[in-house]
Amino acid sequence: MVSELNVPALTIKPVAVSPGGAAWITLCRDLRLGFRRQAELINPPLFFLIVVTLFPLGISPDPAFLAKLAPGVIWIAALLATLLAMDSLFRGDYEDGALDLLLIVPQPLFMHVLAKVTAHWLLTGLPLLVLAPILALMLSLPSQAYTTLIASLALGTPLLSLLGAIGAALTVGIRRGGMLLSLLILPLYIPVLLLGTGAVVAASEGLPAAGQLLWLAVLLTLGLTLAPFAIAAGLKITASG
Amino acid sequence: MLTSLCWNNLSGDGLPVVTELLRVNQLVCERDERLLFKGLNFTLNTGEMLQVTGANGSGKTSLLRILATLTDDYEGEIYFAGQAIQAVLIAYRQQQLYIGHAPGIKGPLTPIENLRWLQGWYQSLSLHTIENALAKVGLHGYEDVPCYSLSAGQQRRVALAQLYLSHQALWILDEPFTAIDLKGVQHLESFLAEQASQGRSIILTTHHQLNVPDGLVKKLNVADYGE
Repeated sequence: MVSELNVPALTIKPVAVSPGGAAWITLCRDLRLGFRRQAELINPPLFFLIVVTLFPLGISPDPAFLAKLAPGVIWIAALLATLLAMDSLFRGDYEDGALDLLLIVPQPLFMHVLAKVTAHWLLTGLPLLVLAPILALMLSLPSQAYTTLIASLALGTPLLSLLGAIGAALTVGIRRGGMLLSLLILPLYIPVLLLGTGAVVAASEGLPAAGQLLWLAVLLTLGLTLAPFAIAAGLKITASG
Repeated sequence: MLTSLCWNNLSGDGLPVVTELLRVNQLVCERDERLLFKGLNFTLNTGEMLQVTGANGSGKTSLLRILATLTDDYEGEIYFAGQAIQAVLIAYRQQQLYIGHAPGIKGPLTPIENLRWLQGWYQSLSLHTIENALAKVGLHGYEDVPCYSLSAGQQRRVALAQLYLSHQALWILDEPFTAIDLKGVQHLESFLAEQASQGRSIILTTHHQLNVPDGLVKKLNVADYGE
């Protein structure tokens, strides 16, 4: 048979890196890209900083009043800063064709998606966590609420990134999909916002906040296990459309 | 029967041996309610090149995207080594290298970093191997320059450097010669012909007359299957 065709027969050997190894490569690449694009990197924390600083200027510098406002203001600003950064998650990859390559890798797509969202959170969500105590100080948040604020943001912002990525995956194929993205995922952000501010308000009044924090943890666990599949499905729809 | 149709034909170390790499049966593709092609058939054996031709908008890229498993939006059957591709999707994806119109080269990254992830999903690469591949596409000395400062042709060469690293059996190349200079095209043609003669299968779209030995290239005009 082989001589008749006059071609060498092919032996099909496995050619692929393990799923974990491949996801690691994706994570490292996205982090490296993020650090090379410093202008984009600085956007979410700067936005967070500006929005929160404007409140004392625009409303009232009274510490007692600001302390009441602080949990909501910080959480809303963090939510909007995350939302602002969401559109860039798949945009670059979509435009230069890298998304196509990601969709046909031999490893499961959700692993790569999880790696991309992790990198995105490290670049956009983590800086918010670092800034939060400084802004809390500025808004005279009672000191007993600091740990709860950090804990709620540490559990909440990755969840915001995961939910936002579902919307980003569905809208990346649409030119100027930013507005649609906001409409699509803001309703999903509401429970996270309620739990996050609820926890910080409770802690600042000296009440236990474990309930809200545990609910955030539950949602984050759900998000980590289910959202990557939804994001992967969204990307597949985008690619075939 | 001319070709081995099953994976029961195993090599010494238990891996399947095939000669018929790809068979496409009665493929129909519609985009935006417009029929691009229907009843498209071809087979591709190991060591063959398939040049896909056709006018702009006739569905060349759509065909390549279907073959690269980027979309499920088609009717008809595609067999990889005798098996329906949906059944052996992972094995198929391991064996194919797709370089599209937009090859996914990241501007802020250097050619080495770009290749490290483009091929890194398939194999672990040493720095030396990557530098060698870059030298072969004429990018010696540009290894550590960010890709946004390279010209369009040079960026295309970074993407094509994957060919010198690839172990995949099937290459799917969408307009690989775009922005490449004459000498580069000649070099690439002879490299593709050499790879095909060693058993690699190559599907490519190009409007240009391929300068490779007769009998190596099959031609497929997508427009023949259109309306």
